[in-house]
Order: sequence, then structure tokens, then C-alpha cells
Amino acid sequence: MIAAAALFLIALLGAGAASAGEIPLAERKSGYEFMGRETRAMQDDDTANPAMLSVLDGETLWQRKDGSAAKSCADCHGDARTSMKGVAARYPAFDAGRGRPVDLEERVNICRAEKQQATPLAFESKELLALAAYVGRQSRGMPIDIADEARIKPFLQAGRDMFTERQGQLNLSCAQCHDDNWGQKLAGAPIPQGHPTGYPIYRLEWQTLGSLQRRLRNCLFGMRAISYPYGAAEMVNLELYLMWRARGMPIETPAVRP
Amino acid sequence: MARALINAPAKAKRGEAIEIKTMISHMMETGFRPDSTGRPIARDIITELVCKYNGEEIFRAELFPAIAANPFLAFFTVATESGTLSFEWTGDNGFSATESVNITVE
Amino acid sequence: MTRADGTSQRTRRRFLVETAALAGAAGLGLDSGPAGATPASMQAAIRNVTGEAKLNKGRVKIDVPALIENGNAVPLTVSCESPMTQEDHVKALHVFTEKNPQPNVIGVHLGPRAGRTSVSTRIRLADTQKIVAVAQMSDGSFWSDEVEVIVTLAACLEGA
Repeated sequence: MIAAAALFLIALLGAGAASAGEIPLAERKSGYEFMGRETRAMQDDDTANPAMLSVLDGETLWQRKDGSAAKSCADCHGDARTSMKGVAARYPAFDAGRGRPVDLEERVNICRAEKQQATPLAFESKELLALAAYVGRQSRGMPIDIADEARIKPFLQAGRDMFTERQGQLNLSCAQCHDDNWGQKLAGAPIPQGHPTGYPIYRLEWQTLGSLQRRLRNCLFGMRAISYPYGAAEMVNLELYLMWRARGMPIETPAVRP
Repeated sequence: MARALINAPAKAKRGEAIEIKTMISHMMETGFRPDSTGRPIARDIITELVCKYNGEEIFRAELFPAIAANPFLAFFTVATESGTLSFEWTGDNGFSATESVNITVE
Repeated sequence: MTRADGTSQRTRRRFLVETAALAGAAGLGLDSGPAGATPASMQAAIRNVTGEAKLNKGRVKIDVPALIENGNAVPLTVSCESPMTQEDHVKALHVFTEKNPQPNVIGVHLGPRAGRTSVSTRIRLADTQKIVAVAQMSDGSFWSDEVEVIVTLAACLEGA
């Protein structure tokens, strides 16, 4: 069903066609705009948004003392509503010590290891997602702020390459769907532009909260391409490119998506 | 305990019908989903939500596997007097969760 | 995930089943899980509530999107016209589906203290199908509404 639709798409596009190019900044639309009215209402209503349960969990975890240092996030960062304002909007961010960008989930685990002397939280674990959702929520409404500065250039390019290169059994690139054919239908659902404005999201398909990396792995699976493990450098590069591609768009965390 | 979220007005006028929104984290495993060997994963759902207003039952819902994960349930009740709205969820495998909110009725 | 077409097809089918979260025969024609509800079993479930009483059409309204993006969480509101007095009120609301693995969705017990009969929730729908809501009135009468909805699945399903 999906393979057939994708092959049809490839036939439409022509075998050797290069990407038509990036979406002009003014024409960018969040996945929110491709959703039905009721799903949008679910996201807009904090009293009905299922992701808010995770945000509340995150709020509790923020106060919890952990690790052999017996410290909580609050012990260093105080009130997240102040200290975390704008933080999620500029991740993935360059980590000078590691010489590469890290995403928000990695950042939480770095803090846990270095400051709390606590074990890292597993990727996609309830706790890590709850903290990411809580921190992300503090940036809601703020514009994504990733600048193409010198230090991130090579990683941004690596992410851009991943986005534009054809890959997998279907020989599809991300760009072919999300730059060139957004708004058209694939297996009954509209193709969004692919801006990660609301992560972690409550995806109705998952029936739970999940990260951008989980969503990217879903995509790669759907494309019949090699999927990267959670935390892989390739994943972070792609996340970086996608966030840069969405620069200036408002954060919606925690978003709901179909 | 599972995370529960209640949204109800903190203040209301006597006789006013107020909307109460409830949400609780729970996978609501249907009992129809197969595991990797093809056998159905055992059902594990919330089966009932009871709301009491100052101890008196004002709402009761019987839930089935067709209710979506992280059950959301919104309903109305007439604000009669100040006091406490209490909520109790029960379900398979001895699941139990409670929550309560106060209301001031003028 | 480079496999021969045969294996990938079977794997994809299995993931379709798993991620739809309402696996079983309903709508997908696979042999894993129990048989789904049928119009007959839905009628039986409704009769379980109404007994021999006549089911009137009207007074109840189902609010649900006509085109559903994902059957895992469909917003549903059932409302009913009623003065909600001691003498004349809605005692209970029941919702049923035709093609889910089993027909019952929710049963809600109300009374004059409700003030307004309007209950909202999110339900799972396995397939394009009919939803029926039945209201039981204090005078013993039963009223119903039914809607047909179309369910689409998400495009990129989850893998290993």
C-alpha cells in the first residue's frame, strides 16, 4: 500500500530529478496546519492535550533529587519557567567539550552524568521524554533559534546531505516528499513539510509521547532505508538541519500529531 | 500512582452547570493486539471512573478497550455547594487511582 | 532493511496490525486475534441495554469528525436534549461500534445532577464504520443517533 504509493510518486517525479530546493521561508507551514480541526483542538487545549500528563511528570522530575550527588535539576536551574525559557528553541546546540552538537535529551543526560552523578535515562524512556516535554514547554511560542554559525557548519551540512540524498529501497530522499511534494497525499494522509516544531510530540499513532528521533526512525523505516540507532551522530545532524530549516517558526511543544 | 489531570472551575455560581475534564495516563491495552509471537497481549484497561461531589456519586462511566490510551473524559455537573470533587479510576490488575479538587460555590 | 519482497511484506503487514492497536481480524482480514464485532453483535450489545423496548431515533447527537486522521484517538462527544430534572432526565448514555473487535465503547451513568447531558471522550476506531449512541431516559424510553465515519491510517508506520 505504502510502497505502491511511493513508487507512483517516484514515477511522477522522474528517475533522475534533483530536488526542487528548499521551501521559501515565508511558505513554511507547521504540521499543525495539515491536521484536522479536532486534532488541532486537542493540541490547543492544555486540559485535553494528552501530552500534558508527561509535562506534569516532567515538572515532578525536575524537583526530584537524583544521583550520588543527590541533586535535582531545580537545585542548579531553579524555576524552569525562568531558567529554561528559550532553551529548547536553540537545540540541538554545540557542546564545546564534545566538539559536536547535542540534542536536548543528550543534554539532560550530560547534566545527569556530570552534575548529578546519576545514570543516564534511556532514550524514549518515560522519564527522559517527560523532562524534554517539560523543558520544551517552557519555550512554547518562542521562535526556533538555530544560527548557521561556524562551529555547527559541518554538522549542518551533514544533516542537509542526509535530507537531500536519495536512500533506501525506494531510492527516495526526505526532500522529495517534504520539500517538493508537501501538501500532496501519501496513503490517504497529507505530506507535511517536516518541521520539528513541537517535539516531543504525542503522536496518535504511538498513543504516547515520543521524540524527534523516534519519528525520524519511523520515516526511515517507511522509506525502506537504514535507520540509525537512538543517539547516533547522524540523527543529531539531521535534527540540527531540520531545526535550522524551521528557524523562526514557533515552538509548539508539546504538540499532538496524527 | 498514574498521573491524573483534572480541570474544573475553582469557583462557580450555585445552580450553574460546570464542565469537568479528566485525563489519566494509562496504556489501555486492548487485549486484541498481538505480541511478536502472534499471541494477543493480555487486556489491561481502566474499567471505571466514578466522580463524587461531597461524597455523593454524580457521574459513573464504564470504559471498554475502545477508549483511547490516556483516557480523557469530560462531563457536566450542577454546582450545588462548596466542597470537594473526588475522582476514582479502577481497572484491570487491581489498577486504582484517585484525585480530588476543591470547588467554591457562591 | 533489505529483504526479499515476501518477508518485508509479511513484516509490514504485522506492523500494520500492531500499530493499528486494534489488531485482530477487524478490517485487516488476518487470522491473529478474535473475530471483530459485526452489525449483528452490535445489535445484540444494544439490545442488552434496551431489552425489548423500542429504540427511537432522535434527541441524541453524536459529534465526531467525519474524516478521521488516526483511529487511535478519535474525539467523540455525545449530547442529549433533556431538561435534566428529577422527573425527566437522562439516566445513561451508551456508545457502540459496528466493526471494532468488540461493540461496546463506553457506558455513562448520569442523573438530574448532571445539569447538561454532554459527555466527551476519545475512542478507538478500527475501521471505517458506524457509531451508535443510545440514551436511556428516566421514563424508560430509549433514543439513539448513528453516524458513519471514515478512518485513515498514518502514512509512515513504525518499524523495528
